[in-house]
Amino acid sequence: MLGRLKQMLIKEFIQVLRDKRTRFILIVPPIVQMLVFGYAATFEIHNVSTVVLDQDHSQESRDLVSRFTSSPYFNVQRQLTDSRQIRDLIDRGDATVGLEIDAGFAQKLRKGETAPVQVIVDATNSNTALIASAYITQIALGFAQSYQTDRINRIAPQMIEQMPSVSLEQRPWYNPNLSSRWFFVPGVIGSLTTILVITLTSFAVVREREIGTLEQIMVTPIRPVEFILGKTLPFFLIGLFDVSLIALVGTLWFQVPFRGHIYVLFTGAVLFLICMLGVGLLISTVSSTQQQAMVTAFFFIMPAITFSGFGFPIATMPQWLQYCTYLSPLRYFLVVLRGTYLKGVGMDILWPQMAAMAGLGLSLLTIAVLRFHKALD
Amino acid sequence: MSLTRLLAVAKKEVLHILRDSRSLSIVIIMPVTLMLLFGYGVNLDLKGLPVYVYDQDGSQQSQDLLKRFQSNEYFHIVRAVDRYSGVTRALDDGDAKMGIVIPWNFSQRLSEGGPVEVQALVDATDDNTANLLIGYAQGVMQGYSSGIEIDWLRKHGQSIQPVSVSVQTRTWYNENLDSSAFIIPGVLALVMSVIGAFLTSLTIAREWERGSMEQLISTPVTAMEIMLGKLLPYFVIGMFDVAVCALIAIGWFHVPFRGSFLTLAGSSALFMIVVLALGFFVSVIAKSQLAASQIALLITFLPAFLLSGFLFAIEQMPVALQWITRIFPARYYVSLLKQIFLKGSPAAMLAADLLPLTAFALLLALVATRSFHKRLE
Repeated sequence: MLGRLKQMLIKEFIQVLRDKRTRFILIVPPIVQMLVFGYAATFEIHNVSTVVLDQDHSQESRDLVSRFTSSPYFNVQRQLTDSRQIRDLIDRGDATVGLEIDAGFAQKLRKGETAPVQVIVDATNSNTALIASAYITQIALGFAQSYQTDRINRIAPQMIEQMPSVSLEQRPWYNPNLSSRWFFVPGVIGSLTTILVITLTSFAVVREREIGTLEQIMVTPIRPVEFILGKTLPFFLIGLFDVSLIALVGTLWFQVPFRGHIYVLFTGAVLFLICMLGVGLLISTVSSTQQQAMVTAFFFIMPAITFSGFGFPIATMPQWLQYCTYLSPLRYFLVVLRGTYLKGVGMDILWPQMAAMAGLGLSLLTIAVLRFHKALD
Repeated sequence: MSLTRLLAVAKKEVLHILRDSRSLSIVIIMPVTLMLLFGYGVNLDLKGLPVYVYDQDGSQQSQDLLKRFQSNEYFHIVRAVDRYSGVTRALDDGDAKMGIVIPWNFSQRLSEGGPVEVQALVDATDDNTANLLIGYAQGVMQGYSSGIEIDWLRKHGQSIQPVSVSVQTRTWYNENLDSSAFIIPGVLALVMSVIGAFLTSLTIAREWERGSMEQLISTPVTAMEIMLGKLLPYFVIGMFDVAVCALIAIGWFHVPFRGSFLTLAGSSALFMIVVLALGFFVSVIAKSQLAASQIALLITFLPAFLLSGFLFAIEQMPVALQWITRIFPARYYVSLLKQIFLKGSPAAMLAADLLPLTAFALLLALVATRSFHKRLE
């Protein structure tokens, strides 16, 4: 048995590694994708192009505008003179935020009335608009706060010392600089592995069927179990190699910290790879051509990634969809990846994820092997 | 070039597609699936995020503050714990996105006077969520603190007008900051990349792999006729899918459609030519289906997903990468889609994207034809 399995493994490795293009596929696309993702995937906002129309021309309005000018999130490009210009600039996409301070702003502030600031945000990108609005509100509140302190200081300077005030001390844990890259890089490791292992595994079997070599193998004394092991083991090892490669690029190039234990990540990766091999094999049992395999794989990969919490929070999905996410093995692997990379947590926290992946992996693999047996008989 | 021969090749290709039920299903189900995936699965507007509180003070004042958080739609206080480790554990587990810790001397400091700090521990693995959470929490806190200050001053005989600035934000083009309105127009580009490049490159690579392309070449059909005949059915399918997607976007997800259907059809046709030419070119240079599908993924689907502004704002990427996005046609198409759907920009404003897209269509069609000729010789 071991002898036959060994021969089968040798054959598979030769087949995968002999072709220059396949060798290329195993190494270059994952690295390119890691790099592109690392640089392109960001929900952070900086230097949002902003135009200002200050019709109040007061000390107060200038003070408020200067808070925007000095903020790293906004890039105040122009001071306008006419409110029609705002419409025009935003329509053309030359400005994302338009700030309009009407005449009477300072007067209202001094009287203790509510002083309005009009803000127009281009919300074609709703995420940029959302975060920009949050920052705008923060800046306006900060302005109001210090204006109030100044006023108290003028009226009753002796009291400011004793006056109670409450402030929020914010502590962003695990990712103190709020870097998008730290969030995305561990996730990319998981999604790239998904794509690679599933396509490779399903293609490997279907290809043999398509060109007719599967029948040739079946007439040899090899047993189905040996065949399946021989087909999946190489991709398991290749998968591990690629996980390490992508993880290494992510860690060294993008300087994402790794705070947990290697063995925890490794255990998670092994369990996750078992799930992916199961899916790949399953796809190969229902496809007779490589094109069909590709199409079927695509139908699995897209939802698996979208519902994994890879880039879009699961908490904001509709409830029924949140239940669906439990079926995606990637969901659990991402928690392990982010847990070991950023949070530095261990098995005591991550065991439910490990258990879920082990359960999913075993059932997927069992179904795949049973189906495969049938297909071979 | 003979139209009869061209149509004969096209007819053969249509038969191929119709015979293979899986390929046929991708043509119809894939656009619908992708639309639903992104329409329901992506929501970046966070509401009701789980918060743990550790109130060391347990006074009337601290409860007042917590009520302010509770009544804010962005926070959902799920549990009050009695130990600091309860909060940290919840963050490690991912059960809470934020932990609010109120110090034991909170009410005492408020009555005695002087500054007091409330801690907000935020799980910042997802920087986007953390950023918004911190912003909203600061807003709640400043409102509370300002009230405390004014009350205290009044009690000590200083009547002072509270300062209030209200930010009146209008979000143009996407008034409700609806994530789906921002995401869905771009999904069209993804669908077309899959249909155009993925499916085409696989179909044609299969002919090379099986040797049936040589058979086709030995017939009197010219290279141009083969190419156009093969691509014509996919062009029709792609345009059909655009119509399906537009219908779902407008009819099901209520994405506004402010432009004209004519510009939508025109720019979609241009982009279809681009992806078809790319898919064809890839299948000519890559011998195997595996290589063709991976390369097609890398040069069409990935840029359409990452480098097009579909999800991640191009202005926020590093400058070098911003330049790179210009060499991927998806960028122009996604920008056109967003303008056509959300802004309803006049044709003159669309020219900035239409011109490069046209140039790409011509250039790539030429490259594809050339490479095919060369391969034949």
